[in-house]
Amino acid sequence: MIVPLDEGVRELVGDGDTVALEGFTHLIPVAAGHEIIRQGRRDLTLVRMTPDIVYDQMIGAGCAAKLVFSWGGNPGVGSLHRFRDAIQYGWPRPLEIEEHSHAGMANRYVAGASGLPFAVLRGYAGTDLVDQTDTIKTIECPFTGEKLAAVPALNPDVSIVHAQRADREGNVQLWGITGIQKEAVLAAKRSLVTVEEIVDELDPVPGQVVLPARVVSAVAAVPGGSRPSYAHGYYARDNGAYQDWDAVSRDREEFSRWLAEGLGAQAPLPGKAG
Amino acid sequence: MTTATGYTADEMMTVAAAHALTSEMACFVGIGLPSTAANLACRTHAPGLWMIYESGTLGTRPDTLPLSIGDGVLAETADTVVSVPEVFNYWLQPGRIDVGFLGAAQIDRYANINTTVIGDYTDPKVRLPGAGGAPEIAASCREVVVVVRQSARTFVDRADFVTSVGHGRGAGERERLGLRGAGPTRVITDLGVLKPDPATRELTLVQLHAGVTVDDVRAATGWELAVSPELASTPEPTAEELSVLRSLTGRD
Repeated sequence: MIVPLDEGVRELVGDGDTVALEGFTHLIPVAAGHEIIRQGRRDLTLVRMTPDIVYDQMIGAGCAAKLVFSWGGNPGVGSLHRFRDAIQYGWPRPLEIEEHSHAGMANRYVAGASGLPFAVLRGYAGTDLVDQTDTIKTIECPFTGEKLAAVPALNPDVSIVHAQRADREGNVQLWGITGIQKEAVLAAKRSLVTVEEIVDELDPVPGQVVLPARVVSAVAAVPGGSRPSYAHGYYARDNGAYQDWDAVSRDREEFSRWLAEGLGAQAPLPGKAG
Repeated sequence: MTTATGYTADEMMTVAAAHALTSEMACFVGIGLPSTAANLACRTHAPGLWMIYESGTLGTRPDTLPLSIGDGVLAETADTVVSVPEVFNYWLQPGRIDVGFLGAAQIDRYANINTTVIGDYTDPKVRLPGAGGAPEIAASCREVVVVVRQSARTFVDRADFVTSVGHGRGAGERERLGLRGAGPTRVITDLGVLKPDPATRELTLVQLHAGVTVDDVRAATGWELAVSPELASTPEPTAEELSVLRSLTGRD
């Protein structure tokens, strides 16, 4: 239940898996993403509402074959350059995309967590996303005849989230902006949670979300595991690191150097898929 | 750049955008220029403004300007923090939000917004971040205000990609699509204010900021811009507004 991070990633994340690392600005499981890069996972379908710099790093390292997302950027800074390089120039390998809106992605996770094949929402009508994304359809309400959008459930092979605390049985507690993490974990076949600390008792906190141990496959203690994102009550967002990433990620060589020196990972091999 | 007027064009735009908001409104706030304007409104003429960000922070009142839609300060100062499905399904979708405050990478003649790609979708010239919450904010808020710097590159006849629907290709299109909000009612730029024509829904220049001419705005618009016969002048920012704005953005 409680495992070291490298063991958790090795056992739960396989090549070709559909993997969701969720976190809405807050509690982003950055350390787990880095471990996936270090272990050289390939051909992943990466899912996330807001792929930010850790997904930029995973895409740049060649881990991903496909990205399912609704907003891919460096929040407050600008674009993701590794993501753009993969989409526009296929470096280090082509990246297939499946693009939604936040409302659509959120509802896809809700359907996944609810054991439903699809979700219904008022969304996408008139947008060009409908023509580009096969997983957006129109359905008619059987009661009113109203036209609504339907999107299929998301059921990742594994969802990975970061939380403030877990107890020794593996019950997980998070608070502050809790985003889509509960739905992502409940929608997934397996889940890995990294936490700031493991404690004897989970003292209640206002606004908390608790993920009972029975829906968590493994917990790893990784203090600081969401840096440069933040962990409410533990440390603040390192806005400077997000700004600095812009320069590192603009250049393939600079990025490859970061992978080798900053992460101890192998640089991606251009032209070789995975 | 501070002009002879003692404030920049961006400052004028932000103050004009803040004036679109009132104390009674619930406002869904996008990050960047819209967030700065909403926070300015809160601290000046609209202290009751109920700001919500897509991270799930409802009724937030940050004491510093957030860099992202999910900064800790938004959660700490919120009336409540809800999950992402809840913010979209329970708050936005039923039409509880008065005004959506959005930015744009491209905006077209009918106020359709592109934040997805410049160029072709499958072979883009520039890949942009994508939709985020904007398509449903543009669909379901009672009205939408767009804040964007004006240039012929940004104000195009037809958006390369419609990420968020404004008025489609003209009158009646929102109704036909079943969109329940009124859509963009104002586009506030660093040059002036545009509103959809009541009959055609085409964006029309209705207001000029001080020191800006109609020709300046035409040169910064990628279509034959219509100008309202009742073209007005934007009130200039007050000293108080500028001082509050500069305390927010860190510019003295």
